[in-house]
Amino acid sequence: METVPADGLIAASWLLIALPLAGAAVLLLGGRRTDRWGHLLGTGTVVAAFLVGLLCTLQLDGRRVDVDLFTFVSTGSLDVQAGLLFDPLSAVFVLLITGVGALIHVYSIGYMAHDPRRRRFFAYLNLFVAAMLLLVLGDNFVALYVGWEGVGLASYLLIAFWHERPSAATAAKKAFIMNRVGDVGLALAIFLMFAQLGTVSYDGVFGAVGTLAAGTVTAIGLLLLLGACGKSGQFPLQAWLPDAMEGPTPVSALIHAATMVTAGVYLIARSAPIYDETPTARAAVLAVGAITLLIGAIAGCAQDDIKKVLAYSTVSQIGYMFLAVGLGPVGYVAGLAHLLTHGFFKAGLFLGAGSVMHAMDDAVDMRRFGGLASKMKVTFVTFGLGYLALIGFPFLSGFYTKDAIIEAAFDRGDGWGYLLGGVAILAAGLTAFYMTRLMLMTFSGRPRWEPGVHPHESPTVMTAPMVLLAVGSVLAGFLLVVAFPLESWLTPVFGEPEEAEHVVAPLVVSVLVTVVMALGVLTAWLFVGRREVPVTAPVRVSPVTRAARRALYADAVNESVFMRPGQWLTRALVFVDNRGVDGAVNGLAATLGGSSSRLGRTQTGFVRSYALSMLGGAVVVAGALLAVTAG
Amino acid sequence: MSLTHYLVLAAILFTIGAVGVLVRRNAIVVFMCVELMLNSVNLTLVTFARASGTVDGQVMAFFVMVVAAAEVVVGLAIIMSLFRTRRSASVDDANLLKY
Amino acid sequence: MSDFPFLLAMIAVPAVGAAAVTALPKGREQTARQLSLGVSLVVLLLAVLATIAFDVGGERFQLTTSVSWIPDFGVDFALGVDGIALVMLLLIGVLVPVVVVASWREEPTGRRSMRAFWAWLLLLESLMVGVFAATDVFLFYVFFEAMLVPMYFLIGSFGGPRRQYAAVKFFLYSLVGGLVMLAAVIGLYVVSANELGEGTFAFDALRQVEIDPGVQKLLFLGFFVAFAIKAPLVPFHTWLPDSGAEAPIGGAVLLVGVLDKVGTFGFIRYCLPLFPDASRELAPYVLVLAVAGILYAALLAMGQSDMKRLVSYTSIAHFGFIALGIFAFTTEATTGAVLYMVNHGIATGLLFLVVGMLIARGGSRLVGDYGGVAAQAPLLAGVFLVAGLASLALPGTNSFVSEFLVLIGSFPTRPVFTVLATVGIVLAALYVLLLYQRTMHGPPRGVLLEPAPEAPAPTTGGGGGATAATATLEAPAAAPARLRVRDLSRRELAVAAPMVALVIALGVYPQPLIDLIEPAVAATMSDVGADPAGVSPEAPVEGTD
Repeated sequence: METVPADGLIAASWLLIALPLAGAAVLLLGGRRTDRWGHLLGTGTVVAAFLVGLLCTLQLDGRRVDVDLFTFVSTGSLDVQAGLLFDPLSAVFVLLITGVGALIHVYSIGYMAHDPRRRRFFAYLNLFVAAMLLLVLGDNFVALYVGWEGVGLASYLLIAFWHERPSAATAAKKAFIMNRVGDVGLALAIFLMFAQLGTVSYDGVFGAVGTLAAGTVTAIGLLLLLGACGKSGQFPLQAWLPDAMEGPTPVSALIHAATMVTAGVYLIARSAPIYDETPTARAAVLAVGAITLLIGAIAGCAQDDIKKVLAYSTVSQIGYMFLAVGLGPVGYVAGLAHLLTHGFFKAGLFLGAGSVMHAMDDAVDMRRFGGLASKMKVTFVTFGLGYLALIGFPFLSGFYTKDAIIEAAFDRGDGWGYLLGGVAILAAGLTAFYMTRLMLMTFSGRPRWEPGVHPHESPTVMTAPMVLLAVGSVLAGFLLVVAFPLESWLTPVFGEPEEAEHVVAPLVVSVLVTVVMALGVLTAWLFVGRREVPVTAPVRVSPVTRAARRALYADAVNESVFMRPGQWLTRALVFVDNRGVDGAVNGLAATLGGSSSRLGRTQTGFVRSYALSMLGGAVVVAGALLAVTAG
Repeated sequence: MSLTHYLVLAAILFTIGAVGVLVRRNAIVVFMCVELMLNSVNLTLVTFARASGTVDGQVMAFFVMVVAAAEVVVGLAIIMSLFRTRRSASVDDANLLKY
Repeated sequence: MSDFPFLLAMIAVPAVGAAAVTALPKGREQTARQLSLGVSLVVLLLAVLATIAFDVGGERFQLTTSVSWIPDFGVDFALGVDGIALVMLLLIGVLVPVVVVASWREEPTGRRSMRAFWAWLLLLESLMVGVFAATDVFLFYVFFEAMLVPMYFLIGSFGGPRRQYAAVKFFLYSLVGGLVMLAAVIGLYVVSANELGEGTFAFDALRQVEIDPGVQKLLFLGFFVAFAIKAPLVPFHTWLPDSGAEAPIGGAVLLVGVLDKVGTFGFIRYCLPLFPDASRELAPYVLVLAVAGILYAALLAMGQSDMKRLVSYTSIAHFGFIALGIFAFTTEATTGAVLYMVNHGIATGLLFLVVGMLIARGGSRLVGDYGGVAAQAPLLAGVFLVAGLASLALPGTNSFVSEFLVLIGSFPTRPVFTVLATVGIVLAALYVLLLYQRTMHGPPRGVLLEPAPEAPAPTTGGGGGATAATATLEAPAAAPARLRVRDLSRRELAVAAPMVALVIALGVYPQPLIDLIEPAVAATMSDVGADPAGVSPEAPVEGTD
């Protein structure tokens, strides 16, 4: 696919990034003067960016447009241009980011209405949108990396938005650090590309990747995967994402569900030419996806915090996407379609959860919810539609996109294909279970509210985005798979879709998935719906439940393998530096000082002993002179 | 009288002076012994001047005498003030100037 | 225009200013600091004009001035700059006025007069310009040693409680290095006398001298030890945390921001071109020190409880990156290292300044005495965060560009060292965010909770500055009494704003600086015999890894 220079409105696509960035700058620098209209400006810039993105997309016509801006860094043989690449793939992401982003901005106007720092919240959200757009629009790996860490910063700022809470501050730090571990992988991948190919631009790298040794390509692929795992909360770097729920709920919806955490999927899809050359790295992507989707689903089943259930669900759903893009060309489109529909229904679910929390005085414990369906009708209906879309209820969006992934897994045709497909179906059942459990505990049954809580429906400014996202959750799958196939839109990026040889008939897969899903729902109803939900979590539970509650001990492993030894090492090194390195120097100084004072003792003050030493000295000198002249 | 006699005499005087400096405690005596050493050196200088037939050594001897006179002035003054403060002229009592 | 002796003026103006400040009558403190600010702004102006007069594609050394000084030994008072020295002069020009404003309300400890502080500061500026502008090795040595004196007094007279210890330690360390270098300088003279028939100290002449490899190694080590102590590389580093912690904030900024760069500057200017064979042969050992420093100092920074010590340790880690870039011998990495020298001066300078502002409010250097500051002083917290992010090299800040260049440039020739150094970026995130979380986030803690101390009345009026007088009691009835931390004052904003602007501007558009630096780096690379065109896929990987 040839890259063409920018023309028309696409030449101005830098506005996409500039608009929200300018919004953030004005809000941050303007100070309290902007308090009264800051949220409107913040929302306005994102809506404007959405319109620009929409117009650019309409002009795109399946081309691959390069927008050259300025020279970022050029020295020696390294030449990094600040440039944007507007192609069907980035267009899809631009629309998702700005579209869902705009809705969530609108929602936040209501959600954050009583927060004294609302202006700053919008500034950070704008900063995030700008960084995320840079991530998907950059035309080289360095621009991607800049956006990559930029969204990490925005995520850090927003998770720690209520930084008076130590848990929020710690969660933010944890998210940043674990992301940084992934970033090391991404950075090293870029270094390796430059060392081997002398370029870091997409065109340069993808054009020449075929000339590299297989081992090198595999190394690049694995390093990119490490980066993707960090950003997307995938095994083994998944532990930060559930903690990130400490941030305000719109943040969880936008950053930790719909957009930022899917950046890993974008990275792998964008780097398709690299992964096409390396089956090993692609297998690693598959393994990561399969493991994570199970871990997320299992952990989601035992959480009582409504946002944590959704967070583990996100982990698990992104696992599906990794699985899809790990399958290669057959899976790219399926994975991206699921990414888009997930963006709709998961954002909707989070906004619904936010609405519930808003009604329940910021409580998140589902054991203290119940019976909310009648109190919050709009929330219940929109949340319910998102729920049905997520578990893959027939003809809602999750049904189309998740089935496509599972089909693609089976289509591998070998034993691994069956294993992966089986895992995916099993996780679909678990998804149905934990989401039904969430629905039942929250909306049905007898109210178990804390005393003094009076649930009420949220204001229109919050419910309107929820309704729009619910509509998206219902229709997106049909639109993207059947009506206006994403596959043909993305053909310029991934090439003509191969006519897949179906190992298992698609109808069989659909029926199978639907049956497993129904089983999951039924099980949840048996466990939760029929019985009274205790307001405190039962203590005497099976080891499986206990493990699931602790997310399969991911935090425990991180703590005992990295944190504690790290702390011990730090303390030991401080001791070594103070006593060892500095001690050696101070010891030398003390030795010199000590010997000088010992030598000083020979100065007794008795003049006659001085005279004797003078005499001795004179004799020595005379003797030496004699010896020299005589000898 | 040969050259040797003068030199031997000078050596004897110097040795007496040196031993005196080392073994005597009284500042005045130590002082005198230092003068004795200086004069033994003077004797040597004059002897060699005479032997070599030049006046350089004798000039040097005068210099030594002048310096010795100046030294006597300063030295005796120090000894006097030392005696006034300590009621003693022993050099071992004045040992404050040390490490 | 370019005939104007910019360098001489940049040395003379602050020196004269220092003399004038000293000559002021007692009690004219206000005049003293106004004069200092004026002088430092003139130097900044001169630096900018010099940059304009500098022809990027022209001669290697420009704006040269040369006066015969000690003809018997061929010593000239020769000044001149290449792109590397020029950007350092710009850094000095920017940092000194900022430091002057930041120290505006600095209180003298003991019976010292603040006039002395300003005088030493200006003299330091003059000597710092000299050390970067000298093109005569002997002159360089003179400036190198003379620079110690003002810094010694800045630490020893105006520093914290253990200032005497720190000042002596600083002096002795630097002096030891300096004397070893003096031996090497003399050795260089003797070698040049043997080779050329007439001894010289002129850099350009010495560059042409072919030195026997064994002698080269010895001379290289002589220079290297001095620079490694100054930079400082592990294990010569322990003087820096003490000096950085005890020095007054302004002194600490100049110490870490500029003075220490003389070490890395020396690597590039003297070690590499004068002793190319020795540099190539000993590079692996230097790289071991550099990478060990990155990881070791980062871990140590995490373990510090004193904020100023912590920042000093982060600097040691950053100096590791700079040394890595220099001794990787690629244009990209060395350009990155020079850029790193500038960016580190700005980023760590800002971090020191903002830590100083925090300490001025709480009266304590300990991390544990602070907590939840962000809720009460959002601007202060914001500047702190920008400085911290620049320190951990987040993209968008200036440090990212330089760190990225160093790493990507080093990777082709030294993959193993680079991979290890890259791990350092995780540690950098840890030490910065730990510090930020402990001081800025969470509920109020430490000095924010204590009842207001008997507020020492600010003698110079106006509050802010070096006293904890900003404390006012909030709601006396409420228990516990809570100190309110005041947000940044106008003066402090004037300090922080230009630095923050530079952090962002150089992070987004660094190319102008790179254009300035690169020709000099390319010339150095050809001196040392590295491939000046940079890395190609076939670049030889030297067998060390």
